[in-house]
Amino acid sequence: FSGSFGEVYQTFHLSIYMSSNNKFSISPEMATQEVQPNETLSNLKAESDTLKTKLEDERAKLHDVELHQVAEKVDGLGQFIMKTRRTLKGHGNKVLCMDWCKDKRRIVSSSQDGKVIVWDAFTTNKEHAVTMPCTWVMACAYAPSGCAVACGGLDNKCSVYPLSLDKNENLAAKKKSVAMHTNYLSACSFTNSDMQILTSSGDGTCALWDVESGQLLQSFHGHAADVLCLDLAPSETGNTFISGGCDKKANVWDMRSGQCIQSFETHESDINSVRYYPSGDAFASGSDDATCRLYDLRADREVAIYSKESIIFGASSVDFSLSGRLLFGGYNDYTINVWDVLKGTRVSILFGHENRVSALRVSPDGTAFCSGSWDHTLRVWA
Amino acid sequence: MTIRTLRDHGQHYRPRMACLKKVEAFVVEMQDPKSGVKASDQKLNITSIPHVITGQDILAWIVTKMKVTTEEAQAFGTMLVAYGYIYPLQNHRKLVLVADSTLYRFQTPYFWPVQKWPAEDIDYAIYLAKRNIRKKGMLEPYEQEHYNNLHKWMNYKWDFIVMQATEQYKASKERKKPDRVVLDCQERAYWIVHRPPRRTHSGMDYGLDRLIDPNAEEVLTYDMVRRTNIFLTQALMRSAVKSSVSLTAFVKYVTTHHTHDPLLTNPVPSNPWITDNDEFWQLNMRNVDIPTKLSVERWALSFWELISDQRGRADFKLFLKKEHSGENMAFYEAAEEMRWGAATAIPEKSQFIFNTFLKPGAPRWINIDGRTMGLTVKGLDCPHRYVLDAAQTHIFLLMKKDTFYRYLKSPVYKDMQKKALVPAPHNFTDAQLEANAKNRNPGISPIVLWQQQEAEKAAAAVAARPIDVKAMVATNKLDRK
Repeated sequence: FSGSFGEVYQTFHLSIYMSSNNKFSISPEMATQEVQPNETLSNLKAESDTLKTKLEDERAKLHDVELHQVAEKVDGLGQFIMKTRRTLKGHGNKVLCMDWCKDKRRIVSSSQDGKVIVWDAFTTNKEHAVTMPCTWVMACAYAPSGCAVACGGLDNKCSVYPLSLDKNENLAAKKKSVAMHTNYLSACSFTNSDMQILTSSGDGTCALWDVESGQLLQSFHGHAADVLCLDLAPSETGNTFISGGCDKKANVWDMRSGQCIQSFETHESDINSVRYYPSGDAFASGSDDATCRLYDLRADREVAIYSKESIIFGASSVDFSLSGRLLFGGYNDYTINVWDVLKGTRVSILFGHENRVSALRVSPDGTAFCSGSWDHTLRVWA
Repeated sequence: MTIRTLRDHGQHYRPRMACLKKVEAFVVEMQDPKSGVKASDQKLNITSIPHVITGQDILAWIVTKMKVTTEEAQAFGTMLVAYGYIYPLQNHRKLVLVADSTLYRFQTPYFWPVQKWPAEDIDYAIYLAKRNIRKKGMLEPYEQEHYNNLHKWMNYKWDFIVMQATEQYKASKERKKPDRVVLDCQERAYWIVHRPPRRTHSGMDYGLDRLIDPNAEEVLTYDMVRRTNIFLTQALMRSAVKSSVSLTAFVKYVTTHHTHDPLLTNPVPSNPWITDNDEFWQLNMRNVDIPTKLSVERWALSFWELISDQRGRADFKLFLKKEHSGENMAFYEAAEEMRWGAATAIPEKSQFIFNTFLKPGAPRWINIDGRTMGLTVKGLDCPHRYVLDAAQTHIFLLMKKDTFYRYLKSPVYKDMQKKALVPAPHNFTDAQLEANAKNRNPGISPIVLWQQQEAEKAAAAVAARPIDVKAMVATNKLDRK
């Protein structure tokens, strides 16, 4: 085998670009073709079922080994101790979302009372604070350059605030309204630059926006319910992203064409969080059914379930450590569980928060992770 | 009252509380007179309250039943209190499980969170009014606030509310004192959970309702099924990889990155979050002279790792300069900039890229095959952000498969490996750690760093521009005398 999924996809994509007869991609014409007289709904459903079973059979043929079997020869992790190294206090209400800056020490966090705060988590100083005109700011993101933050929530919009070195400057004056959805904004993320933002919303769609003009570049339809989370691919091709929604599906999208290229529906409840594996060939999801699952993109299937009988409350947020060996999950029972991704076992459980953990992100260089909670605080663990 | 059976209450208005069904199963078991938590009667202000349990008994029962550690049992116990299945008798505003002789009682199923009726404001208004009738001034400040609010916006129903409250008050007076005390406790506990005072974390506070109702039947339209079929057909056409192949790749990735993961292998000199000393970050900055050995090793893992690290990319560009093939990297960066940049800048950038890299006789002409070149140039007639994708992929693969390996064998890289620093691990004493904690380095603002980077890029762009001989003569820089 050579190269990653990204490479295979890239050559596939190349062939689409090269061929003048676009036979492989789905054209709008195909979807709106004239209805054949004998294609009733029940016929279509039957066809759908046969296709599904056929696909499952095809995928099952390739499934020759389980993850924990392959992981047998890997050393166990031993005792794992992590402690709270910083507690960031300053929010007046539930912390809903947080994101790291690429400088590995700054954090932006948003809360239910409409406040968005930029912290230097290392010194625990607050550097900037913005008051949004709406409550429930459920999404916030730091720009790759470190010069701006984006946030949104119940106002159905995503706004970008350029940060300034002047502490007294009113950031709200330079606010730029970028995205516009028809329902609440659940997640947002900058792409590889400050100029584009990817958003997901309660209206069931995701969208890619140009920051400067506020123009909609691409929209992604396919979820049948609220989309709660998204994550961009870290791989060299950087053309795909994943989203998870209330329809229990996790979809993989092609940013260029707007199409859903893969879909996974094995969770039993809403998917609260999705995160790519560091190599870009897999992703993990956390859901209200109290499990976290690992999906392999190249084999096109779910390969691991991280759950325990004693874990009953939903996982709200997940993230991988730098090597991909550890999966951190923040749960609604105020705890953080640390999973060994390869062996499928729980390595450690961290206590400290006094209300549910709503956001969890590992720092860009993997030296620590930060958890935001409804107890109004954020904690940095290492 | 002991509950022995579990009934499915449908949770039609509490969509995402599937966890509660599992919790309820536990609560029913806990109340079993033989194998559950042992209950006793306790005296509280003259009256004797039946079926009282202590915190430590609950904890011990959970530890045995769920086979977990004490701390986990504590977390689960707190959840039981937070959701209102168990309520504390004394400190009724703190919804946590305290593992000592603090007294608790099981909440009556009438007040369980899964019941079909939501905790309506009108019920709350009746409850507050009833307490007001019983004894004026008994409401706590937060309750008084709620009461005033409800009085304001439910004014039109207020007569009904007062009537209901009076009826309930009269009915309660008819009851025996112990029953009345118990019922009061239960009702109070219910409302603490559903209308929590400030600083009380209640489990029923579950955030915003999501738009979709999970209990609603999914209506499959014709269009949806057709789209699903098209999607499935396409999925079947795509090839997947064998599990053994892809899973082995994960194991390989984890193993090779194990030493680079700061949470698994202690970083040198030290993890800044643990020792409060940020030398680790300073040694890995973008413009550092000599990088650390670990960074240099990481560059060798894959081409993507090399160019993702800004210091690594700079080193690679140095190598390319020596090989006189810097145009590949420059083209890659320019194409990336166009792809991720602002929409308004696209025509200008595409023009610049064409003039610099693609047109015949361009100063930094890239060597791609004729077909790709033809397609790209044709596409540049109507430039969009993905117009350079084919060319960019070609160049990227070229660098990845050929140039990268030559780089790894080159003197530039080997030199860097020799020069690379291996910082000594910090060994701070407790006193030093305390001092570190007081003197945390504020670092440089990312905005400043970004401005520096942009300035450097602009200077490099000016330097890379082909020299215009006529302009130089005009400004008398070339003296031909």
